[in-house]
Amino acid sequence: MTTTLDRAESAGGMTVPPKASKRRIPGWARGVLMAVLAIAVLSIASYSTGVNTLTSTNTAQTALRLALPILLCALGGLWAERAGVVNIGLEGMMILGTWGAAWGAYHGGVWAGLLAAVVFGALGGLLHAVATVTFTVNHIVSGVAINLLGLGVTKYLANLIFAPISGNPRQSPPVPKFDTYSATGLSDWLGDLEKGQRVFISDAAGILRGLITEVAPLTVIAILLVPISYLVLWRTRFGLRLRSCGENPVAAESLGVNVYLHKYIALLISGGLAGMGGASLVLLAGGADYLENQTNGRGYIGLAAMIFGNWRPGGLLGGAALFGYADGLQLSGGGKAVLALLYGAVILLAVIVVIQLFRRQWLAAGLGVVGAGILYTIYWTNDTLSSDLIPYTAHFVTLIVLAVASQRLRPPKADGVAYRKGEGD
Amino acid sequence: MSDAETPAEPAPDRGAPVVQLTGITKRFPGVVANSDVNLTVRGGEVHAICGENGAGKSTLMKILYGMQQPDEGTIAVNGRQLRLRNPQDAIKAGIGMVHQHFMLADNLTVGENVFLGAENLHGIGRVAKARLAKLAAQTGLHADPSTLLEELGVADRQRVEIVKVLYRGARIIILDEPTAVLVPQEVDALFETVRGMQAEGFTFIFISHKLDEVRSIADTVTVIRRGTTVGTADPKTITTRQLAEMMVGSELPSPETRESTVTDRDVLRLSEVRLAAEGSERNLLDRVTFTVHAGEVLGIAGVEGNGQTELVETIMGMRKTSGGAVVLVDNEGKARELTKLGTLARREAGIGYIAEDRTRHSLLLTQPLWVNRILGYQTRKPVANGQLLDIAGAREDTRRIVEQYDVRTPGIDVPAAALSGGNQQKLIVGRELSGDPVLLIASHPTRGVDVGAQAMIWEQIRQARAAGLAVLLISADLDELIGLSDTIQVMLRGRLVSEADPATVTPQELGSAMTGAEEGEVA
Amino acid sequence: MSSWRTKLLPPLLAIVFAVVLTAIALVISGANPLDAYGTMISQLFKGSTAVDTVNLATVYYLSGLAVAIGFQMNLFNIGVEGQYRFAAVIAAIIGGALHLPPVIHTLVILLVAVLAGALYAAVPAVLKVTRGVSEVISTIMLNAIVAGIIAYLINADQFGVQTGNNIHTEVIDPSGRVPGITIGSGQLFGFVFIAIIVGGAYWFMLNRTRFGFELKASGESTTAAAAGGVNAKKMTLIAMVLSGAVAGLVAMPELLGRDYSYGITSTQMYGFTGIAVALLGRNHPGGIALGALLWAFLDTSAVSLEQIHVSKEIATIMQGIIVLSVVVAYQIVKRADLAAEQRRVGRALAGNGRKGSSVSEGGAV
Repeated sequence: MTTTLDRAESAGGMTVPPKASKRRIPGWARGVLMAVLAIAVLSIASYSTGVNTLTSTNTAQTALRLALPILLCALGGLWAERAGVVNIGLEGMMILGTWGAAWGAYHGGVWAGLLAAVVFGALGGLLHAVATVTFTVNHIVSGVAINLLGLGVTKYLANLIFAPISGNPRQSPPVPKFDTYSATGLSDWLGDLEKGQRVFISDAAGILRGLITEVAPLTVIAILLVPISYLVLWRTRFGLRLRSCGENPVAAESLGVNVYLHKYIALLISGGLAGMGGASLVLLAGGADYLENQTNGRGYIGLAAMIFGNWRPGGLLGGAALFGYADGLQLSGGGKAVLALLYGAVILLAVIVVIQLFRRQWLAAGLGVVGAGILYTIYWTNDTLSSDLIPYTAHFVTLIVLAVASQRLRPPKADGVAYRKGEGD
Repeated sequence: MSDAETPAEPAPDRGAPVVQLTGITKRFPGVVANSDVNLTVRGGEVHAICGENGAGKSTLMKILYGMQQPDEGTIAVNGRQLRLRNPQDAIKAGIGMVHQHFMLADNLTVGENVFLGAENLHGIGRVAKARLAKLAAQTGLHADPSTLLEELGVADRQRVEIVKVLYRGARIIILDEPTAVLVPQEVDALFETVRGMQAEGFTFIFISHKLDEVRSIADTVTVIRRGTTVGTADPKTITTRQLAEMMVGSELPSPETRESTVTDRDVLRLSEVRLAAEGSERNLLDRVTFTVHAGEVLGIAGVEGNGQTELVETIMGMRKTSGGAVVLVDNEGKARELTKLGTLARREAGIGYIAEDRTRHSLLLTQPLWVNRILGYQTRKPVANGQLLDIAGAREDTRRIVEQYDVRTPGIDVPAAALSGGNQQKLIVGRELSGDPVLLIASHPTRGVDVGAQAMIWEQIRQARAAGLAVLLISADLDELIGLSDTIQVMLRGRLVSEADPATVTPQELGSAMTGAEEGEVA
Repeated sequence: MSSWRTKLLPPLLAIVFAVVLTAIALVISGANPLDAYGTMISQLFKGSTAVDTVNLATVYYLSGLAVAIGFQMNLFNIGVEGQYRFAAVIAAIIGGALHLPPVIHTLVILLVAVLAGALYAAVPAVLKVTRGVSEVISTIMLNAIVAGIIAYLINADQFGVQTGNNIHTEVIDPSGRVPGITIGSGQLFGFVFIAIIVGGAYWFMLNRTRFGFELKASGESTTAAAAGGVNAKKMTLIAMVLSGAVAGLVAMPELLGRDYSYGITSTQMYGFTGIAVALLGRNHPGGIALGALLWAFLDTSAVSLEQIHVSKEIATIMQGIIVLSVVVAYQIVKRADLAAEQRRVGRALAGNGRKGSSVSEGGAV
C-alpha cells in the first residue's frame, strides 16, 4: 500500500557520506604485486625450511592442473552471479561436462570432447535458467536439484554408454588427451636457473617453468578466459547490461534492458564454463578418464574461489590458484611441504601485521600476531602434518577469509533475488 | 501507431506549450488515481505540481513517463500527440524522469550507470566519457566517472540521475520529490543547478508538497487534489496560505464536541530523543520531546517522510536511538526506561501497536486469523502459556475479537490475506487493544480502509481513551487528527515544530504548519 | 482456500511428470518403462526390500527434518551433510570408548551426537550472526572439511581400528545399541520409533510452542516478525543450532542399529537427500515422511532393475526430476493462487471502495 517506510529506509541507507577516494593501484599491477609477494614468501619459506617442493616445477605443474577445473567453475559462477543468479548447480553442470568430454573425445577426439562438455554443461545452465528466471524458484533449491539431476543423468548415461565398452559403469574407456607443448628454450633456461639454488630467482624460475612446461591448449584457453571474461563483462555494452541485471534489474528494465534474456545467456555461459571445467578433469594428461565422483565437490570449491576473489576475474584467479596450489603441494610434497607452507603463512601474517601496525589498525594487528603465534606453534611442535587434513587447507583459508572479510566483499546487489518483469517500483 | 519515434527536438521558445495533458483519467481496481487531469507545461519553465500524498501526482508522472497508460485522455509533447507505451518512448520524445527512489546500481560506476541502456548513443568508451564529463560539469557532479556509485552521497546520486536523463537527450525533466532526501544546503545546490539549466532552455516538472520550496523555484504551480487538477497559479503572487488551501481543500471537518478525558498522569515520556540516519550526520529524529497522558490522544501531524515512521519505530524499539530517553509509566505509576529494551519487552510493558503498513508489519498474510492473533503476544495469556502456545485460548480470543470488532470473515481459519483491508485493520485494532495496554500507538489507523471500518476504528480509539488509555496517533488525514486528538504536534524534518489545539485549528492552518510555511504556535 | 490444491497437487504433478519423463528416457534407451516400473514395485514385496525401505526412510526423514527446521525461516542449512557426519564420528568414538549399562549408554551416545551436530552447526550460525557470512557457502566448506576430520579421527594413530581394508571406529558395545525388530528376512531399525518421536516433537515445536511460532513468523515476514518482537539474530542462531542437533541424529539409526562403528566407507550424501525430502514434503512432518519413503523406495527398489538390464541410475534421474519439478510446480500453483486472490480482492475493492477518490489509499487532506 504505502511506500513511506521504504522511502524512509532508503533515505537512511543512502545518506552515506562520500568516502575519500583513495588513489588506486591498477588491477593488473596489484595482481603482479600479489604474485611477487606470494613467490617471495614461498621462497623464504622454502629456503629456511629446506623444503624445495614449495616452489618446484613439479608442484607448479600439478597445481596448475588441479587449479584449472576450479578456475573454470569459478568463472562460471562469476558469469551467473554477475547476472544475479546464484549458481550452486555448478557441481552438477561440471559432472555433466565430465561425461560429455569423455563421450565426445572417445568418438571425435579431444576438441569434440571439449565441445560436448561445454554443450552438456550449458544444458544444465539452461535448466537452471528455466527454474530460476522463468519460474522464480529459489536459486539454491534449483542448484541443489541440478546437482542431484546432473549426477543421476551422468551415472545413467555412463552405465548405458560407457559400461558396454569399458566394462565398468563407473568409468569411461580410455579417451584421448590434449597434446602438451612446452616453450622448450625458455623452459630449459628456467630449469638451469632453478637448479642454481639462488634464493627467489630459483624459486620464481621453478614456478614459472611449471607453468610453461607441457601445457595443453585447454589450459591456455582456460587462462585466457579470465581476461576475456573481464573484457566482455566490464568493457562491452553486453557485459554492462548483463551486470546491471545482477545489480538492479528494476532499473535495468526501466532503461530498456531485457533482463530475462541476459540472465538466460549468462546461465548458458556459466553452465558451459562449468562443463569445460569438467572437461579439464578428463581431457588433460595426468588426469583420469571419466570416473564417477571425480569432480569431488570442485564445483563448490569453484564457487568458493569466486567469493574468495570478490566476484572479480582477477580475484577468482587468485582463489583458484590458492586452492590448486594447496592441492598440488600436498600431492607432490606431502605433509612436510604443507608444514613448510605453514611457515610461509607465518611470514605472510608477519608482513600483514607490520602493515596493520603502520596503518594503526591495532585490533587487526593483534589478531594477526595471535594467528601467527598459533601457526608457528603448530609448525614448531610437529614434524609433519596429518595427511588427512591437508587437502582441506584451502577450505579453512576460505572460512577464515569469509569470517574476516565478508563485510568487505562486494557481491552483486541483486544476487539471488527473484525478479519478475514489471514488479518493480 | 505511435509517433514516439521522433528524435528529441530542441525545445521551442519559452512560452510555447511543450507538454499538454488533456483529460487524463487512470483507474486502478477500486480507486481512481487520476480523473480528468489537465496540465500544460510551457517550454523553459519550472512547473511545480503540488498535492498531498496520495493526491495522484506520482501516477500522473508515471503516465507522462510511459510507465503507465492512461485509461482516457491524450498526451501531446511539443505539439504532437503521442502514445507513450514505455519509458523508452518517453525518452525518445525528450522526456526524462529523476525518480524519487533512484534507479541506480550501487556496484556499477557512475559512468556505467549513465551509459546503461543508452550504449547505442556513444558506446561506453572514450566518446561516451567525454560527453559524460560535459554533462557532469553542467550539473555540478564532481565525481570521477569510474567511481563506484556506492561511494557517492545522496545529492551526488541525484546528480547522476539528472546526468543520466540529460545523456539521453531529454529536454523535459521530471523531478519526483527531489528534495525529500536532501538537507537544506543540498536543496539550495539543486535549485541552483535547476536555474542554470533552465537558462539553457530545459523544462522542469517539479513534484513536491513542500510549499516553501515550490515558491522559491517554480514559475508556475499546478495543484492536484484527490486525483484531479484544481488549478494553476503563479507562485510569486499567490500566498502560501492560499496554496495550502488549494492543496488541502476547503471542506472543514465537524469537530467533535466532547468531554476531555485527559488526566495529568504521564504514560509516555520522550525526552530529547535523537535518531541518526545510518552512517550519516543527518538526524532523522532531532531532540523530540513530548508526553502523552492517560486518557489523552496526542496527534502527530506532518507531511509523510518527516520522521513520523522513524518516531514510531524508535518508540517500539525497532530502531536504536542515538540519544535521549523513552519512559513508559504503567497503571501502578511505575516508570520504566524503555531505551535498552527489545520490541517484545516494550510490548509486554503495555504498548499496543497499529503499524502504518499492516501487510508488512502487522500480519502474517498466509497464516489464519487466529495465528495472527498471537503475533506480538506470543508470551502472554490468553494465547500463550509460558513457552507453549495456547491454541484453544488463541482461537477463543480471536472469535471474541471477530465478534466484538465486527471483523467480517467466514471464520477464524481463513488466511489474513483473504480479508479486506478494513477487516484486517479491525482485527489488528482488536488485537492491539486486547493486551491491556497503557499506551496505543496508532499509525495511520484508517488508511486504505472502507468508511464503515473507519468509523468503527475511530469509535474504538475514543472508547479506549475514555477508559484511560494514552494514544499516540499519527495520521496524514487531517480530519482524523483534528477529530480524534486532544493535542496536536506538528512534525517537520524530524523535529516537533509547533503545537495546535484541535478545538480551534483548521486543516488549512495545520497544512501550512506541516509544509513549513509558518512555524510556531498555529492556533 | 484451495489448500488441498496447494499442498497435494504439486508433488503429485511432479511425480507424474518424473514418471513420464523417465519413461521417455527408458524408451530411448531401449527398455520398456512398464516393465521397469513393474519390476520396481514388485521388488517392494520381495525379501527385505520393504523393511530396508523403511530403514532408509528413517535416515532420510531425520535428515529432512533437520533441513526443514532451517527452511522454516528461509535459512539454507546445506550443512546437514557435514553436521551429521561430524556427529556420527564423534558419537561413534565416544560410544565405542564408553562401557555403560544399557539404555544409559545409548542415551549418552545420542546426547553426544546431538551436541556434536549442534556444535558443528554453531560455526556457520555464529559466522552468519556476527560476521554476516552466508550460511550456504560456509556450510559447503564445512561439509568438505568434515571428510578430513573424519579421516583424521579414525586414523589408526588416533581412534581408528584397522580391519582388512577398512578403517573404522571402535565397535560399540551391545549395551549402546538400539535393538531392531525382525520382520521376515529383514530387521527393522528400532530407531524408526525414535524418528517418529522426533517428527512428533518437530510438529509440536512448530505448532504448539512460542519458539515454533516465532520461527514460522520470521520465515513468513521478517518485518512483521520484527514488529511482533521477534529477535531475528537470536532466531537464526537457535534455528541453525537446532537444525544441527537434529542432523546429529541422522547417522544414528545405522550406527546403533546395524553398523555399530563408523568408518571411511560409511554412506554419505544423506544430508543432500534431506534437502530434497524437505522440499518434497513442504517442511511438514507428514509430508517429509512421505517424501522420505518415496525417496527410499526409489533407492532400494532400483537395484531390481538390474535384473531386466536397466540401469538403476534411472531412479536417481527420477529423483532429480521430481525435486526440480516439485519446486517449479509449487511455484506455479502459488502464482495461480495469488492471481486468483488478487482478482478476488480487486472485485471486492471495486464493490466497496470509496468511489472517485484516492482518499481510500492515502487518507484525506
